[in-house]
Amino acid sequence: MLYFARWKVVLISLVVLAGFLFTLPNFFSEDTLKSWPRWLPRNHLVLGLDLQGGAYLLYEVDRTKFVEQRLLTLKGDIRNALRRTRPRIDLTRAPQVLPDNTGVRVRLQNAADMEEAKKRVQPLLNPMSTGVLGGFGGQPIEEFDLVDINPTSFKLVFSEEGLAERIRGIVAQSIEVIRRRVDELGVTEPSIQRQGDDRILIEAPGVNPERLEEIIGKTAKLTFHLLCEQMTVTQARATAPPPGCVIVEPYTKNDDPELIQETPMLSGDDLDDAQPGFDQQTNEPLVTFRFKLGGATKFGQITQENVNRRFAIVLDNKVISAPVIREPILGGSGQISGNFTVESANDLSVLLRAGALPAELKRLHKSSVGPGLGADSVAAGRTASIIALLAVLVFMVGAYAIFGVFANVALLANVVLVFGALSALQATLTLPGIAGIVLTIGMAVDANVLIFERIREEARLGRSPLNAIDAGFARALTTILDANITTFIAAVILFSLGSGPIKGFAVTLAIGIFTTIFTAFTFSRLLIALWVRWRRPSALQI
Amino acid sequence: MKLIRLVPDNTKFRFMAYRRITFSGSLTLLVASIMLFFMLGLNQGIDFQGGTLFQLQNKAGPADLARIRQSLGTLGLGDVQVQNFGEPDQVLIRIERQPGGDAGQEEAEKKVRDVFGDTVVYERVEVVGPRVSGELARAGTISVVASLLAVLVYIWFRFEWQFAAGAVAALIHDVLLTIGMFSLVRLEFNLSSIAAILTIVGYSLNDTVVVYDRIRENLRKYKKMPIGQIIDDSVNQTLSRTTLTSVTTLIALIALYVFGGEIIRSFTFAMIFGVVVGTYSSIFIAAPILIFLNLRPGADADEPAEAAQTA
Repeated sequence: MLYFARWKVVLISLVVLAGFLFTLPNFFSEDTLKSWPRWLPRNHLVLGLDLQGGAYLLYEVDRTKFVEQRLLTLKGDIRNALRRTRPRIDLTRAPQVLPDNTGVRVRLQNAADMEEAKKRVQPLLNPMSTGVLGGFGGQPIEEFDLVDINPTSFKLVFSEEGLAERIRGIVAQSIEVIRRRVDELGVTEPSIQRQGDDRILIEAPGVNPERLEEIIGKTAKLTFHLLCEQMTVTQARATAPPPGCVIVEPYTKNDDPELIQETPMLSGDDLDDAQPGFDQQTNEPLVTFRFKLGGATKFGQITQENVNRRFAIVLDNKVISAPVIREPILGGSGQISGNFTVESANDLSVLLRAGALPAELKRLHKSSVGPGLGADSVAAGRTASIIALLAVLVFMVGAYAIFGVFANVALLANVVLVFGALSALQATLTLPGIAGIVLTIGMAVDANVLIFERIREEARLGRSPLNAIDAGFARALTTILDANITTFIAAVILFSLGSGPIKGFAVTLAIGIFTTIFTAFTFSRLLIALWVRWRRPSALQI
Repeated sequence: MKLIRLVPDNTKFRFMAYRRITFSGSLTLLVASIMLFFMLGLNQGIDFQGGTLFQLQNKAGPADLARIRQSLGTLGLGDVQVQNFGEPDQVLIRIERQPGGDAGQEEAEKKVRDVFGDTVVYERVEVVGPRVSGELARAGTISVVASLLAVLVYIWFRFEWQFAAGAVAALIHDVLLTIGMFSLVRLEFNLSSIAAILTIVGYSLNDTVVVYDRIRENLRKYKKMPIGQIIDDSVNQTLSRTTLTSVTTLIALIALYVFGGEIIRSFTFAMIFGVVVGTYSSIFIAAPILIFLNLRPGADADEPAEAAQTA
């Protein structure tokens, strides 16, 4: 076991050298690194959110609210298809959302209309592009299924696959919207990912967590409505709003609620651009917007027909402002004013530019760390690691003399390899991860201890130094492998379990196991072999 | 130079002779741990219970905890815990899970921010909704059980079944005692505590395997030796290594405990406890249990030791 073919020596040295080169960039700033030759590695360690500061946010699509909204829209669509299309099909009552929110029920007056009604409703079943469950050359998935109830009544219900597919689509779309919003904040390398069927995970390092949440959490659905001027809000609250009208609460607490037409004339989708600005007279912050061509034309038309009437600008179902149309607006642009601060005007512009979220998101889990705490944790981790390393180094020399020195060199190579691997793999280092490295320092010694104890035993049994060392390495191998594989199993399970910081711990632990086995069996062995060949000791002090 | 020798060469402690004492001692501790768990419960962090956690730095200097408790008390948020965290100007606030699902947690967070406004630096904010906390609790339990099963399979594969049973028994002992410690000391039990437990499983097993390895080797070498003596000899032979490794690991962990900052302190403490318990269980549980499991039937376990072998 002490004989090393030359190529093996070269290989081992190269590996350790590579580890060293990969670790090196961490001591230099980004700018210095840019001027390095191309073939040298330049990656810094990736610091986790608990060391850099940043936010970890887990959202889930609000399925209940989405279903409610969708069914309302479906209800309106069915009504239009049956009653408003010539020839008109009569219903005994308006299409009704089922109490358990599974679908919409239609009751016809005449059973004879059934076939025609079904034909008209067919396109509303909404075949979507073939989803994952569609299979090869499969049928497109339909969002709704048509189910007969009796000769004059049927219902449209969500198909399971259809709903799942819709939610998947919403997640994809939301990720896009969130990405645009986060980009506007100038976050470096945010991670925005789907999790499971209906969840979105956002990890944004180095950003103010509060700001991030304000930008992400809002649905930001902007709609423009004409007001219903038949009655006042108080009257509508006392009796009931007129058909097609609905009361909306104000966005800012002390403003007035308004009675608006339920169907919007225009929405945020029709916007081309939105920018923060200032009122020319009062200097108050506001948001200026511009419609796309189609929207501009429509806006011009509506304002022409409705001069002196008011219209409401509604954000997320709350009215921001309800100005009077003084003259037709043909230029397709306008402004939204109303209790904005500079920052909130800026935020709203960002939200409008990035687009509205297709559905409401619920926040499930949030973990945010300020940069101050992050820096503190890095400092503490660094101090602890250095002290731990020094303590172990001293102890090893005290316990094993010259062999302790070899173990120490191997330990240092080990640590270099761990950092090198982390930098090269761009794996994330977290605070528990630093704990993992310290643990590795403590346990890495174990591999060497096992070998040295064996060598000690063999020497006591009377073997010559060379034989004792040889036998020590040979006998210890299986034990070391067994022992480390068991820790590795624990690390693998930990990896599948945890969130960011715990995953970081599992990764460093796992990497530490590999490097420990490697250095114990190659580097330590090599150093000892070289020493034996050089010194040819007649007795071992161990 | 005079080397550090924690354990003299050729020790001949008769561990197995004491096994009845150590077993009953361990059994008592186990029962105590289980009772503590059921009576006192664990000081669960928000990872498993849901809720909100704030770590604040009071900009004006040391924090007045009583006043903070009072102002938070008026918000009607249920159980609110306020304590120092390391420095006197660092405050840790834990608010229990609010009714109203995920929206309820957002509400609570907003209320607390309104109370403090600009007078603090929000070092760390964590909000765990009811669903995620349930998932984490389940995942945590499954992972501990899964690791024990994986260990069982692996040891069975590498050694005989008695070894596997012994290893798992020792690990269950370690896990239960650690949980008892969490319960007794009221240390916060959260996701990193599960990480500590899993690491303890890995480390304790590490230890146990080294002893088992030696037992297996001696079983093969000395086919006639009574099992009790084999185990005694094996433990004595590995004692030097076991103590040394434990000492170096403890040195590293203690450095981490003292210098690593408040955030990982409870994790490190659990690890330190685990290393001590793990080492104990490898010697006093995992090894002697092999006798009870009839690893080498026939020969009486307690026959007096033969003259020391020098193979």
